[in-house]
Amino acid sequence: MIYAAIWRALPGPLAVRVLLAAVLVLAVVAFCFLWLFPRIAPLMPFNDNTVDPSAAVHALVTGVGA
Amino acid sequence: MKAVRWVLGIGGDLFVTAGLLLLLFVGWQLWWTDVTANRVQDNTVSTLTRDFASGPRGGAGPAATETPAKVPFGKAFAIVRVPRFGADYARPVLEGTSRDILMDGVGHYTGTASPGAVGNFAIAGHRTTYGRPFHDIDTLRPGDKVVVETKTAFHVYVVKRHVIVAPTDVDVIAPVPEQPGKQPTQRWLTMTACHPKYSAAQRYIVFAELDKSYPRAKGLPAGTLAAPKGR
Repeated sequence: MIYAAIWRALPGPLAVRVLLAAVLVLAVVAFCFLWLFPRIAPLMPFNDNTVDPSAAVHALVTGVGA
Repeated sequence: MKAVRWVLGIGGDLFVTAGLLLLLFVGWQLWWTDVTANRVQDNTVSTLTRDFASGPRGGAGPAATETPAKVPFGKAFAIVRVPRFGADYARPVLEGTSRDILMDGVGHYTGTASPGAVGNFAIAGHRTTYGRPFHDIDTLRPGDKVVVETKTAFHVYVVKRHVIVAPTDVDVIAPVPEQPGKQPTQRWLTMTACHPKYSAAQRYIVFAELDKSYPRAKGLPAGTLAAPKGR
């Protein structure tokens, strides 16, 4: 429904619409890769590889410890 | 009826979007972080190699037993080479083990010994993601070489054994590994990485002992970096 509405909202002939849709997808991927994911990765628990007395608590709270 | 259909439609779209975003995140974590981190780490190794080759700072003499100045947090100061991981395997060692530092290479536990020094030169690296420098740490066998290159020397360590411990087990990076409080007389290297792969439930630890240090001027003996046979 959302995607159908976006598709209908895209102007121009089919080729232009496809191109615009591809640009939109790329923009979302770029936003995720370059901005969103680097910021949420520290919250993930599977990136720790150091030994640290507070590792367990640390990982839960901040994900730090890499 | 129309309202129900509308709500279901929007809800379904949201679920599909969430699923796609999660897949995208997995792709980013498992693939893209390797791409970017490898680029950064290769650059750091090149810079270090150039810096090391430019000769000793301040006209120091033939310093085989170095007493290096304290390395600033986050600065790359050594290159680690593991023939078992490939003849051209080389990763930078940075001071500190914070999350940011481990994205850019292997981290040296602050407060542990310097390369080649008496005590325990302890380093941490990613097993997966961010260039995964210690991805193959479980393939190391007793007798395998680990070479730590600094501005003044090549330190050749030989793997002794490995243990799998809890993330809180800091004894493994004690000056004498697993014997905290004991006065060190030997020169250890400890590598830590997460275990099992794609988890952080435990830590995979490899202990190696210094075999020999070679002054930079003398260079490494031929064949040191040749891949070991067998597994």
